[in-house]
Amino acid sequence: MQLETFKYDNTIVRKFTIATAVWGIVGMLVGVFIATQLFVPALNLGIPYTTFSRLRPLHTNAVIFAFVGNGIFMGFYYMIQRLCKARIFSDLLSNIHFWGWQLIIVSAAITLPLGYTTSKEYAELEWPIDIMITIIWVVFGINLIGTLMKRREKHMYVAIWFMIATFVTVAILHIVNSIELPVSFWKSYPVYAGVQDALVQWWYGHNAVAFFLTTPYLGLMYYYLPKAANRPVYSYRLSIIHFWSLIFIYIWAGPHHLLYSALPDWAQSLGTVFSIMLIAPSWGGMLNGLLTLRGAWDKVREDPVLKFMVVAITAYGMATFEGPMLALKNVNAVAHFTDWIIAHVHVGALGWNGFLTFGILYWLVPRLYNTKLYSKKLANFHFWIGFLGIVFYVVALYWAGLTQSLMWKQFTPEGTLQYPNFLETVLQILPMYMIRAVGGALYLTGALVMVYNLVKTAKQGTFIREEEAQAAPLIKETSEKKSHHWLESRPIQFMILSLVAVLIGGVVEMIPTFLIKTNIPTIAAVKPYTPLELQGRDVYIESGCNTCHSQLVRPFRSETERYGEYSKAGEYVYDHPFLWGSKRIGPDLLRVGKKYPNLWHYHHLIDPRRMSPGSIMPPFPWLEKVDIDVASTPVKISAMRSLGVPYPPGYENQATNDLWKQANEIALDLQKSGIPIESNKQMIALIAYLQRLGTDIKAKEQVVK
Amino acid sequence: MSVVAVLIGFSLLVATGFLVAFLWAVKSGQYDDKQTPAIRMLMDDKNSNVKENENHEEKS
Repeated sequence: MQLETFKYDNTIVRKFTIATAVWGIVGMLVGVFIATQLFVPALNLGIPYTTFSRLRPLHTNAVIFAFVGNGIFMGFYYMIQRLCKARIFSDLLSNIHFWGWQLIIVSAAITLPLGYTTSKEYAELEWPIDIMITIIWVVFGINLIGTLMKRREKHMYVAIWFMIATFVTVAILHIVNSIELPVSFWKSYPVYAGVQDALVQWWYGHNAVAFFLTTPYLGLMYYYLPKAANRPVYSYRLSIIHFWSLIFIYIWAGPHHLLYSALPDWAQSLGTVFSIMLIAPSWGGMLNGLLTLRGAWDKVREDPVLKFMVVAITAYGMATFEGPMLALKNVNAVAHFTDWIIAHVHVGALGWNGFLTFGILYWLVPRLYNTKLYSKKLANFHFWIGFLGIVFYVVALYWAGLTQSLMWKQFTPEGTLQYPNFLETVLQILPMYMIRAVGGALYLTGALVMVYNLVKTAKQGTFIREEEAQAAPLIKETSEKKSHHWLESRPIQFMILSLVAVLIGGVVEMIPTFLIKTNIPTIAAVKPYTPLELQGRDVYIESGCNTCHSQLVRPFRSETERYGEYSKAGEYVYDHPFLWGSKRIGPDLLRVGKKYPNLWHYHHLIDPRRMSPGSIMPPFPWLEKVDIDVASTPVKISAMRSLGVPYPPGYENQATNDLWKQANEIALDLQKSGIPIESNKQMIALIAYLQRLGTDIKAKEQVVK
Repeated sequence: MSVVAVLIGFSLLVATGFLVAFLWAVKSGQYDDKQTPAIRMLMDDKNSNVKENENHEEKS
């Protein structure tokens, strides 16, 4: 057969390579900066844009979607062409993909510090960016499937399957979790409320970890590890089995993020069971990776690429064992809301994603530039300092998480909380926060050394823009005709497929109406927020309070003693979005309403240390200067009503008046205490919201069937 | 908790999609050969300097 000659496009790989390195540094830098703020709160410089609560989402988004995201695409564009023995489907689409993705990242980097956020973790970006993500993701998909269609290699190597699963699942997750109603260009409310919103969010959140941080990286592992070790994967059969079992099991484990919440028990148990089952396919991947190196451990000693990969795979194994353990209710009761979880995710992020990316970069860049790595010594230095960084980081936070959790739960022999003051438990772990920041800084140093090393490598070589290759064309068994035949000759199958297609359409159309009906209150005492409280809630979201404060009291005595009555699902029915939070750097706020006078909140927000000496909460002094966006009130009220919140018809016309009335009352109360504040400031709205929190149910509990 | 139904629906949809893909892969002979694909992927880039060096190291 005639061999065909064609060329691989390396320019797109180079673009994503540079982006990976650059955004990696940015993401880590922001991480170290906010880690330092935890023990030097004044480092927020007294301005909103550099405050922990706004930068933390920037850090997570930068690391997940910018660093790892670009890493996925870098690895993808290189390997898909070679595995398919074909040039990428469309150079134009590659470039749209690249620049579109960078535009998304830049928009995120601008909007998140400005406070434009949905508050939903790893899905914080507002609706215009959500739409952009959808479009670019489709472009990526077309390039993936297009290349598969013109492949010259019949067999699709296992790495390709991982990419297909990634593409399909992330697309669905992103769309389902981002169904929101815009009220302005940079503000929207999710159609889901309260418990339902929480469920959708963590179905998304969990699967984002699964299908953005795990499956594409396993795909990369299956390509770059054998390449770097120059030996085939230990068991190809195992790779196939663990791929299919992994993707089938992963999508059901989401509820383990909501143990002990208002979610029905059976759903929580389902999440736990599937999480435990996940150990098998996860470890299948880890063992397959490590065993690939059997008999080649001498190479690992020499080659920094393999060193990085071995630690990455080991970290993957650790994180995927720890995850199921954390999904056990008894372990979760201790670990949830603490730094243990932060340590857990950083084993994954720094170890698995970070180190695998570094390994791939050290392998790939010399090949793109047809040269050798500039300095093996520097790469080894990077390895050790990065490794040390991980150890400092995670050990400190495991310690911190466990310590704090045990302090939260400690009772005296008389049966009262041993540490009733939350701050005490924070001050106890401050040294750990410092060590964590040191760990992060070490890791960042290593990454900077890598960038230097890679730039030097690129400079000493010459970039291979196009790489020539040869392969025999794939003999097509007139597959198009065949597949059509297959359908045509089987009316029942055809009917089932059509039914599925119709069902999808139906479900998508029905969701909104379907959900709104179930938003009816189950607790009569729970009323919609007043216009001022609603605005205050948006200030709460804009300021990112939910980054450090949960609004979910679990049914443990240690929590009801500290915070008050445990959470009921019916309390959250008007919460678009839900604000349960996932981490308690500060105390839970669900029952904070009416606990302190307005004046206390005022001083505490201006500078938390006035009311709680030693507090690590950042100061929010601008809240008494920035105006409430009063003009948006009618739009917000009608948006909420169309989402099912029972404001009476025409209330939007009266809402602004009500807002002023309530605002003037609070302002007057503060003015009486000598605070010269006007009633149109964000501070007033936020205080109104905080004073409302959890109070509906305090007065009386009336369950309506 | 109607959203549970929605999520189960979408999860089932994904799972069904994967099942169809899996059946296709098996039927179309993707997994007939479980040996050579792992080796074949190692043998594609020949014009790279680095690779030659590595091969050399291994032989020696």
